[in-house]
Amino acid sequence: MRWWWIPLLLFALFLGVAAYQLNQPKDDFVPSAMIGEPLPAFDLPPALDGVPGVSSADFRDGKPRLLNIWASWCVPCIAEAPQLERLREEGAEIVGVAIRDRPEDVAAFLDRYGNPYTRIGADDLSQVQLAIGSSGVPETFVIDGEGRITHQHIGDIRAEHVPRLLEELRKAGR
Amino acid sequence: MRGGGILAALAALAALALVPVLAAAQQDMPPAPYAYRQLDDPAQEAEAQALMETLRCLKCQSQSIADSDAPMAGDMRHQVRTRIAAGEEPEEIRAWLVRRYGDYVSYAPVIGETTWPLFAVPLALLLVAGAILWRRLRGAR
Repeated sequence: MRWWWIPLLLFALFLGVAAYQLNQPKDDFVPSAMIGEPLPAFDLPPALDGVPGVSSADFRDGKPRLLNIWASWCVPCIAEAPQLERLREEGAEIVGVAIRDRPEDVAAFLDRYGNPYTRIGADDLSQVQLAIGSSGVPETFVIDGEGRITHQHIGDIRAEHVPRLLEELRKAGR
Repeated sequence: MRGGGILAALAALAALALVPVLAAAQQDMPPAPYAYRQLDDPAQEAEAQALMETLRCLKCQSQSIADSDAPMAGDMRHQVRTRIAAGEEPEEIRAWLVRRYGDYVSYAPVIGETTWPLFAVPLALLLVAGAILWRRLRGAR
């Protein structure tokens, strides 16, 4: 009976691991498996009058861009708006995809928080969102000049994320 | 300084009060045509239903898209139903989603590179327990 403490030790080890894991912050992010893949083909109508819609062909002219998945009903998108504006000032071209939105709501949001977008497509059925592996709003993808997805940022862009996104854009431009 | 803190707290509270209003706006939009509408062909609908029960809602994560009322789950059901109606095989649709979200989107357990111990460990423990029991019982005789 010299080995009676082994099962006890194993059980204590199991409890320790379980207690440790229970105290880890929950990671709710589902990363896209489409990084490195070409943008799937799509063609979205404009989300409001006066701004062009978005198609996958727009991304194949050699210029890297940011593809921002957002919505006027999305609270973190309000927090993100000034950072998108900053990215635009730094020379980033930002293309918007509005999820499940109304033209008048989109217009009201842009009036209030500014419009950093060159194009905004209306994705009423989340089709583009599903096609690129995005699981929430807001999310921002870096697309290189050949229309390939090179980077995904999940959640709202904060001031500290801006340099990384600019760096990813620069890398995508090479 | 203190006044600033209180003001900031009030602003945070006001922002929180806005959350339900904005979240409700998301629910105001009419759902996708096939989010809550069954396919006309019962055989196709049964196929779609079986597949939807094995796909995870990405927003709610602990529900299948068949069980969830999240707007995104509705859009995923629409996607599944329209593709089934167009003649796609359920396994093709599942593979299409797994290519985008990884195994995460599968609500049915998948044995993979990271999940095999979950299936192997209980089996190994059962074998070890069986072996110990067998030796003990044989020794007792």
